[in-house]
Amino acid sequence: MEFDLVIIGAGPGGYVAAIRASQLGMTVAIVEREALGGVCLNWGCIPTKALLKSGDLYETLSHLEDYGLSVTGRSYDFTKVIERSRGVSKQLSSGVAFLMKKHKITVIEGTAKLEKSMPSPKVVVALKAGGNRTVQAKNVILATGARARVIEAAGLVPDGERIWSYREAMVPKSAPKRLLVIGSGAIGIEFASFYRSLGSEVTVIEALDRILPVEDEEVSIAAKKAFERRGLAFRVGAKVVKLAKTAKGVVVDLEVGGKAERLEADIAIVAVGITGNVENLGLEALGVKVERGHVVTNAHSATSVAGLYAIGDVAGPPWLAHKASHEGVHCVEHLAGGKPSNLTAPIPGCTYANPQVASVGQTEAQAKAAGHEVRVGRFPFRVNGKAIAAGDTEGFVKTVFDAKTGALLGAHLIGAEVTEMIQGFAIAMTLEATEAELMATVFPHPTMSEAMHESVLDAYGRALHL
Amino acid sequence: MSIDILMPALSPTMEEGVLAKWHVAVGDTVKAGDVIAEIETDKATMEVEAVDEGVISALLVAAGTEGVKVNRVIAQLDSEGESEGEAAPPPSPAAPGLLPRGEDLEASNPPPLGEVDREAVEGVLQSTDRIAASPLARRLARAAGLDLATISGSGPHGRIIKRDIDAQAGRRPVTAQATPTQASAPRQVQSLEEMGIAPGSYDLIPLDGMGKTIARRMTDSFRDIPHFPLTIDLELNALLEARTRINAGLEASGVKVSVNDLIIRCAALALKRVPMANASYTPQGIAVHHHADIAVAVAIDGGLITPIIRAAETKGLAQIATEMKDLAARARARKLKPEEFQGGTFSISNLGMFGIKSFASIINEPQGAILSVGTGEKRAVVRGDSLAIATVMTVTLTCDHRVLNGTIGAQWLNEFKRLIEDPLMMLV
Repeated sequence: MEFDLVIIGAGPGGYVAAIRASQLGMTVAIVEREALGGVCLNWGCIPTKALLKSGDLYETLSHLEDYGLSVTGRSYDFTKVIERSRGVSKQLSSGVAFLMKKHKITVIEGTAKLEKSMPSPKVVVALKAGGNRTVQAKNVILATGARARVIEAAGLVPDGERIWSYREAMVPKSAPKRLLVIGSGAIGIEFASFYRSLGSEVTVIEALDRILPVEDEEVSIAAKKAFERRGLAFRVGAKVVKLAKTAKGVVVDLEVGGKAERLEADIAIVAVGITGNVENLGLEALGVKVERGHVVTNAHSATSVAGLYAIGDVAGPPWLAHKASHEGVHCVEHLAGGKPSNLTAPIPGCTYANPQVASVGQTEAQAKAAGHEVRVGRFPFRVNGKAIAAGDTEGFVKTVFDAKTGALLGAHLIGAEVTEMIQGFAIAMTLEATEAELMATVFPHPTMSEAMHESVLDAYGRALHL
Repeated sequence: MSIDILMPALSPTMEEGVLAKWHVAVGDTVKAGDVIAEIETDKATMEVEAVDEGVISALLVAAGTEGVKVNRVIAQLDSEGESEGEAAPPPSPAAPGLLPRGEDLEASNPPPLGEVDREAVEGVLQSTDRIAASPLARRLARAAGLDLATISGSGPHGRIIKRDIDAQAGRRPVTAQATPTQASAPRQVQSLEEMGIAPGSYDLIPLDGMGKTIARRMTDSFRDIPHFPLTIDLELNALLEARTRINAGLEASGVKVSVNDLIIRCAALALKRVPMANASYTPQGIAVHHHADIAVAVAIDGGLITPIIRAAETKGLAQIATEMKDLAARARARKLKPEEFQGGTFSISNLGMFGIKSFASIINEPQGAILSVGTGEKRAVVRGDSLAIATVMTVTLTCDHRVLNGTIGAQWLNEFKRLIEDPLMMLV
């Protein structure tokens, strides 16, 4: 057989799985129809972080006097902001190409389709360069990712012109003057935050009763307040009846609390979730079980078909790059006959708006619903020395413990750079630390991370600086 | 490649053992099946055989080390073709093994819990043992009264994590759940000196594995099982006469049937006829055993062991006599295999040879009852309205009231009495 493993899709799930497989001595091929690194690296996580950095810096310039500084002639060159973002993606994508080469992974550029075979489905690739190439391996991993969900009935269909998906939103010619963002998950909020920082009038529409609905309710409330102070507008509990284009822009008909409402703007970004890339892969003919746009898998990412595995977005939520990588590594280690560490490790989630939001584990409401008696700690950054010195006093750290066992059930942070802090709690949860170990951990002073410590102490009535 | 040799679990209940003797030294080449060490468990001495081929590169536990936990690495083997050259030297006899005795001392002499946070101190003591477990797992185990040494970990490097405790807690009978004190720790709150015994006025014989096990199991049983004794007198004349005839018949074969063998046979048949006496309590219900696996207490040097006659109700007297002789001999030599002394369904303890008239034994968990056999002696008995002389033996059945009540116990004793007093009934 030509390969031990063929991976379809070179996003953060696929290419990481390929590297791990190569480390374990497998011969690996990876099929990619577009660009190495997938959506994450080319159209998602990474380029948006470049945009957000530009936006945050620009916004900081507007209140430099807070720091005793001044600047005149504040301006931006939108084309260069976008160029920088594309350059970052390009650099990282070629980095992935280097990694593939280093690990002797065969990259096949083209679109894959599966056909029935043993011991795993045959992969027929319609090559970018023309012609077909058929590869047979011992195992196949589907890592085809996902794309923006469209809802045709409500007109939530990107047209590439005035109704954007994340893809168009990443590379427009100019920043819209008036922007509607439909959906207040991480993607919607990040674009809303970015365009607001460049001066757009932004309204975010959310069907549920609060923004960032997967986050802890207190975080949702605090985030909305913070965003509103930055001039963002929100319509929560607002159902999109119809989004339509007009001669000059877009118009959306909403139903808010039983009342009809109409909003107009130049551009709308549709960010109402994503759907797995399960089409045109030959899954139906193979009999692969697909439910609600995602391939059904077991604890080791195996599908219902022998020799076929699925990881990352195509295998279901949470739709996060690091979840895809983690599943990929787990799946490959399992294929190699090892005993990979469990897949039940908590998966942190981050939103890189201003302020940032980061969380891991259960929200307070989820913990209670799961039957836990909880102890909750909170610590605001406004009394944290480093935060005050840096002028980043927005936000707080909230921790949720099981009152009986002291297990850390969840942590919910909002504020500057909290996305870099959440990992401390993720490690604690993976190691099954209790409040005692967290209390006994020394946090460096002065850092914003001290608020993590204080939050834990607060859960047990022992906060030192409250 | 270096292969770790682990302290084996020689029985399902074994938690730790004494590494009695090494049969190999560093540098020795061994092949699969070679005896490399002797391990003294709570009940027996067992030989440990090599599973892999190679050169012993390190002995990590010195001979004579007590309390070696199951699954601890006790030695390392370099599989053939490679030698690492960095093998640890064998520990000197003065410093026995990796498990420092000092730790045990520390654990048994905890600092007085004055103002110190009790939990914090417990945490420190816990952390001195070498079992890899997450903090949460440790805390959950403590709350559930589970011993981490008995739990195998499913985390990285065998680390015990919450999932393992949850699984264990789910399997465990709910008897002594969540008692704040360690359920099976022998109760000793004060030292002898604190209780007024002068230092130096006694010799201390250290408890071996068997001693510790007996202390723990008997304490658990006597405290946790609602037990009661039932006593009855049996006339032995017919049985003794039958024994004489049986042995005369067996003379050629060299087998000699003892009174005890007859008691085993009668007990087994009585259990078959009153099955509720051959049962165990479980939280899910009463387990009525299919066979009478009769454990017979045998006194051995430094303790007591209970070899088992399996499915005794299916065995004839000659077979019982032969098996019992063999089991007793090997029990005294501490050469019984774990399956030969673990898992009985009913016990018999006989102190008749010491002239004991009657006694009530402590139930051997998870059995439902134990029969205590006193001495057979000539006593005055009343027959009709006159006195007569008969050989009489008093037996006592200690019953677990959760399994069998007084009526069932009495039924069994009457069935047993009928068999003993009229041995022909064994044929029925």
